[in-house]
Amino acid sequence: METTPVAPHPDYDLLRPIEQPGKSFYYIVAVLLVIILYAGVLYIRQVYYGLGVTGMAQPVTWGFYIINFVFFIGISHAGTLISAILRLSQAEWRRPITRMAEVITAIVLAIGGLHPIIDLGRPDRALHLFYNGRLQSPLLWDVTSITAYFTASTVYLYLPLIPDIAILRDRGVKPRWLYEFLSWGWQGTEQQHKVLNRAINILMVVVIPIAISVHTIISYIFAMTVQPGWHSTIFGPYFVVGAIFSGIAAILVLMIVFRKVFHLERYLKQVHFSYLGLLLLVMSLLWFYFTFSEYLTGYYGHEPNEMRVFWYKFSGTFAPYFWAMVGCNFLVPLILLGNRRTRTIPGILVASISVIIGMWLERLIIVVPSLSNPRLPYPTGIYFPTHTEWMLFLGGISVFVLGYMMFARFFPVISIWEIEEGRQESAKEVTRRITSYMPDPKESPTKG
Amino acid sequence: MKWGMVIDLQKCTGCGECVAACKLENNVAIVEPKESEMGRTMLWMDMLTVHEGEYPRLRVRQFPRPCMHCDHPPCTKVCPVRATYKNEEGIVAQIYPQCIGCRYCMAACPYTVKSFNWFKPEWAPGIRETVNPDVSVRPVGVVEKCTFCVHRLQKAKEQAKSEGRNLRENDFQTACAESCPAGAIVFGDLENTNHRVNTLSRSPRATRLLEDLGTEPKVIYLKEVD
Repeated sequence: METTPVAPHPDYDLLRPIEQPGKSFYYIVAVLLVIILYAGVLYIRQVYYGLGVTGMAQPVTWGFYIINFVFFIGISHAGTLISAILRLSQAEWRRPITRMAEVITAIVLAIGGLHPIIDLGRPDRALHLFYNGRLQSPLLWDVTSITAYFTASTVYLYLPLIPDIAILRDRGVKPRWLYEFLSWGWQGTEQQHKVLNRAINILMVVVIPIAISVHTIISYIFAMTVQPGWHSTIFGPYFVVGAIFSGIAAILVLMIVFRKVFHLERYLKQVHFSYLGLLLLVMSLLWFYFTFSEYLTGYYGHEPNEMRVFWYKFSGTFAPYFWAMVGCNFLVPLILLGNRRTRTIPGILVASISVIIGMWLERLIIVVPSLSNPRLPYPTGIYFPTHTEWMLFLGGISVFVLGYMMFARFFPVISIWEIEEGRQESAKEVTRRITSYMPDPKESPTKG
Repeated sequence: MKWGMVIDLQKCTGCGECVAACKLENNVAIVEPKESEMGRTMLWMDMLTVHEGEYPRLRVRQFPRPCMHCDHPPCTKVCPVRATYKNEEGIVAQIYPQCIGCRYCMAACPYTVKSFNWFKPEWAPGIRETVNPDVSVRPVGVVEKCTFCVHRLQKAKEQAKSEGRNLRENDFQTACAESCPAGAIVFGDLENTNHRVNTLSRSPRATRLLEDLGTEPKVIYLKEVD
């Protein structure tokens, strides 16, 4: 069979990475695989010898694994939640962003969800959670909500992907069996579009409360104990705000990376970065408001145990991390994003990376200081992560990058059909909507 | 029946005999010095030091710290697999084969009494012979803590049953209480008026650690009077 030249697809830029993958893809995959393999070996070593290979001890019995668990799950919030909220509010500029956001959720959630298992002293007994679980324990709530979120968000990622898979199938992209199978017989009929839109509409409503429940419940793990610095009613919303905050930063970094690597300047424009950058700024202010409320209440209550943890963070051993967190999460975004001249793509990139680092520090600052300051007169606990913990952190990040690269290798990172739909119908739809906002024309003159 | 312990700080000399007796009785692993420095020492009974006041009026106090066996234990509430629970006699127990090692109970305990098996516990050849056959040796990766020497209780109950009588106060004492040279630790049934702990726990000197948390500890301290 000879190939017949076809008219170039209007969104060929989005298909090129799949149809003509570059060589560098394989080099990066190889490097990532080496890191992941090494982290895997270290984990097997940990299972063999015990958790003693980490830096954890008494009283700091939770360390990097729990910190990274909270951090990764936090990042995963961005995706589906942002995508669902933008869809729900019919924000037309969402079109090139939603897919990227949803992919983050699916991959990071899988990584984050594995962290509590890495942290178990007896991973061989992990199934006890299912056949012997106590629903009264916040850890079980977590298992439930993370499973629900993972299921909902993967379906929510997959459904809007179907028409794009069908495009790839129709263009005969290899491996054909993959696209043939995953496109589920999509022909793009009116009926199919109706069903798909209906399913997406249901899911986007369902996904929002699930997403909020996930990070609320993660905060409950801490808040349900009586430990100073943890036992706080504000923790649920505080964690959710932090999660969305770090998630938006992650989306922005990925958008900037893909824009550069895949040459998507035509799709991801200044306006998208500007809107999301402003959202990041708003979240930064909201985060500061929550942090401020949390610590001011603690300070004024002046409960001695609470104050030990408070000073440990403000001027003690953890002061460098604490103030770095305030700088990264509040000052840097405020200065860079609050100023029109620095709210450019490089400025947003710097602010986003700073927020991701800052939010990781926040997780560190929440987990460790409360544990290292026990109430009874024990020596203050110190915690230094070991090589194993650092490498498993790096391994987790590598799995994320690899997962994202594999997705981008086989599927378009920007929804082609939704862009097309936008071109065809957005303008009409928006005009109609705006007309409906306007005051109605005067009724019959008889009433006047 | 509600097992409890009274520790008279007036009598306690801080000698640490209870700490050693507990360690031997319950086969609590001896970790390497390097590990111990990291904070991985395993002690079901610990001796804590409080510094009060400032020089020249500095006062150093010491007090033994077993598990408080709270009536409202914060640790059992959070356990995801019921590996720790309060039994009908008030003892907060650990089920080692059930524990998944998530260490949530350790994080939730306001008294920080729990220890974790960071490595597989090992005994030096000489010490191996002294291992108590009545207490199971814990595997790697599980949480453990003071059980109020529940194995001794079990033995005493069986003994009493075979003799066809009720359990008497002196049938069962914990290793720490038995070993204390000053007689500062008394163990017994807090609800039984014939038991010494019942009278002692109502002493005006009686106090409990972190009482304001509402955990209702069943270890009662009798304050020092100067």
